[in-house]
Amino acid sequence: MTRLQKEYTQKQAAYPHKVIVCCGTGCLANGARKIVDAFEKILSERKVKDFSVEAVKETGCHGFCEQGPLVVIEPEGIFYTRVKAKDVPAIVEKSIEGREIIDSLLYADPTNGHKIEHYPDVKFFSHQKRIALRNLGKIAANSIYEYIAVDGYQALAKVLLQMTPDQVIDQISKSELRGRGGGGFPAGKKWRTCRDVKSDVHYVICNGDEGDPGAFMDRSIMEGDPHAVLEGMMIAAFAVGARQGYIYVREEYPLAVIHLQKAISDCREVGLLGANILGTDFTFDVRIARGAGAFVCGESSALMKSVAGEVGEPRAKYVRSVVKGLYDQPTVLNNVETYANVPLIIRHGADWFRKIGSPKNTGTKVFSLVGKVRNTGLIEVEMGTTLREIIFDIGGGIIDGRPFKAVQTGGPSGGCLPSSKLDLPVDFDSLTAVGSMMGSGGMIVMDDKTCMVDVARYFLHFLVAESCGKCTPCREGLYQLHALTEKVCNGEGTEADLEKMEQLSKMVVVGSLCGLGKSGPNPLMSTIQYFRDEYLAHIRDKRCPAGVCRALIKYEVIEDKCTGCVACITACAYNAITGEKKKPHFIHQDKCEKCGACVAVCKHDAILVS
Amino acid sequence: MVTVTINGKLVKATDGEMLLTLLRREKIDIPALCQHDAVEPYGACRLCMVEITKPEWKGWSDYVTSCLYPVADGLIVHTHSPIVIELRKTILDLMLARNPQTPLVQKLAADYGVMKTSYQEVPEPNDCILCGLCTRICDTMGFKAISAVNRGHGKEIAPPLKQAPPDCVGCLACALNCPTKYIKFTDNGTTRVIWEKSFQLIKDAKTGQPTITREFADYLIAHRNIQADYFDINDESHRKETALNMGKIAQWQREEQS
Repeated sequence: MTRLQKEYTQKQAAYPHKVIVCCGTGCLANGARKIVDAFEKILSERKVKDFSVEAVKETGCHGFCEQGPLVVIEPEGIFYTRVKAKDVPAIVEKSIEGREIIDSLLYADPTNGHKIEHYPDVKFFSHQKRIALRNLGKIAANSIYEYIAVDGYQALAKVLLQMTPDQVIDQISKSELRGRGGGGFPAGKKWRTCRDVKSDVHYVICNGDEGDPGAFMDRSIMEGDPHAVLEGMMIAAFAVGARQGYIYVREEYPLAVIHLQKAISDCREVGLLGANILGTDFTFDVRIARGAGAFVCGESSALMKSVAGEVGEPRAKYVRSVVKGLYDQPTVLNNVETYANVPLIIRHGADWFRKIGSPKNTGTKVFSLVGKVRNTGLIEVEMGTTLREIIFDIGGGIIDGRPFKAVQTGGPSGGCLPSSKLDLPVDFDSLTAVGSMMGSGGMIVMDDKTCMVDVARYFLHFLVAESCGKCTPCREGLYQLHALTEKVCNGEGTEADLEKMEQLSKMVVVGSLCGLGKSGPNPLMSTIQYFRDEYLAHIRDKRCPAGVCRALIKYEVIEDKCTGCVACITACAYNAITGEKKKPHFIHQDKCEKCGACVAVCKHDAILVS
Repeated sequence: MVTVTINGKLVKATDGEMLLTLLRREKIDIPALCQHDAVEPYGACRLCMVEITKPEWKGWSDYVTSCLYPVADGLIVHTHSPIVIELRKTILDLMLARNPQTPLVQKLAADYGVMKTSYQEVPEPNDCILCGLCTRICDTMGFKAISAVNRGHGKEIAPPLKQAPPDCVGCLACALNCPTKYIKFTDNGTTRVIWEKSFQLIKDAKTGQPTITREFADYLIAHRNIQADYFDINDESHRKETALNMGKIAQWQREEQS
């Protein structure tokens, strides 16, 4: 391993300069592939000093998706955002050959407009602490040598050559690493229970089924640093005595599958998977199991059924999967981020890890920060960082400077927290204490134009469709809860309905079979708890304060502000707006479908939503 | 043997047996719609949920499906605590919204004081309570001819692609065990139709009475070590034949003794 590392590092050292192009799914969608091609073409055509074509690195997601595609020129760390393929010749000419910075491609701090030249100076990055995302945006994702060059597989070597399985579990237990899938169960305890079950066969599984709307943490890690996940799994397999592992990836993540496949076959080639790994008697192999993209298959028992080729329905876990999991054998199931943490804990020791984060919630957590926040993207922060730091320092605050209203954490079954909770330290226990949850780490920021009843309705709609439908409280209960929120959104709700929602929510929580049902009413319960006034406005005053619920709002032209530009007339698909040029327009209420297209196009704020 | 407290009464039980089995033995009335002795417990209807606790849980209690919960020593069970009753009421109320015309659901709901659903009835109500008994029994028989399709509220029981199921042998295990008689079939003594697939019934060579479907007979002959001509006559003829044989044996024994 050391030899491989040395060879590759030497080869790399010949060209100290690199161009790093983010090839995460977000940047690829914005044309990162064309940028890579353009760089390769130009660098191979002209001889640029100290640069080789190989110095163009396609890395995983940097996380700063809002500003993609991203290009970094190393070693200077010049950071370009929103790069297009047509910018490439200029970058090569000015910044690579000429060491000159192109101002127009720099990132401007949204709070003060200052241009920032270097990568680490961007606030989005400087407030983060990266452990699970350590290699994302730094190494090329599809090369095992890149991973080995940054000390990859050193932890595996240490484990196999110097440690016993018990010592490995001790380290993980001592680090107090908790499962990053959302439950926060101590990983060491899970591994130990699994190891202690007497059986000829043990399994390790990686849960890469990430179904939360707006979440892409696991996706990015699998795409950008697949070897970190594999190394974590190998260490877990050694610790619990497993010979076979599975990575469960949802069908919607094709790039993750490709990169993982490449990583697995590279490992087999160099002898890191298969029989007698690194010359020891440890034998282990990994297979990819592709899920069809059912949200419920992220639930451990449903996932295991799906891996085994059955319908992904959860079972009651009075006997836990560590004891009786995949094919009824003891199974360790951790998620992508948990495994990605493992190699560093082994390399730097449990004490190093325990010093990060807060007591009982050690380490960091990756979040996907989305919604009405300026810098959307993937971030990793120490546990205990407050919501305010995440949303305002890293996220750069709310788009258009609007007031913050709520943040939804924990995905569809998490809760919505109001501004009074902004100083809450984010970790497993504090989120649960205020009626939300960590979940896998989705974080959706909402501004004052968001209707909280509508938000609850939206998430319930998602869950009604994604429930597996096995047990009555989840299948029928969530359906009825959704129907009740719909009633409120339509202005037909009563106060008795509100009480009914609360009562039924409680019963769905108590009665459901699995975590999906048990947490399903969370968005509703948390919005009722923190935004009761808004429910009451819908019910008593037949009014939607945020101006969202169609049945309760009306669009009108403010005559003083309307310049008669006819933009709204053109945009209206229902011919509900009439008027002449340069004269105030008029909205015909009988024709208006309240789609909001007129508001979206009006540059003069001349349309009132009431 | 372990000791369990049920509604304040000490009861002996076998370690690891399912709690519902014990409750039934104790003659405690617990509704359970998805439970059937022929198949593994499933835990879907949630009506058999009870409240459990243990002295070492320090006042904390849990709500579990008794059909799936293995009995252990020291368990304290409340089968009709206020929350459990509220839960059953809510579940039956929800079921009535989906199955308003189903006598079994109506009766159970009435037992818990719910005469009419307090929720919105679903657009096209039917009698299927999605207990999954039909599919589980079909699996156990070895056919897997039908299964649940779709998920969430749109889940339903159907053959593959909603067409006549190729693996169905017309054994009727699904229809005869359906607690609400939702699965329909016709049988006129010569032809049987179920899941829109029609089957010819084998005729008893002597009496002309129907036995079972050709497909079912072939399956049993191939998989259950039954002789090839066994289904050529029906059960009644088998009994007559057995009686005649028994009579012959008795005759031989008498002759031997005399």
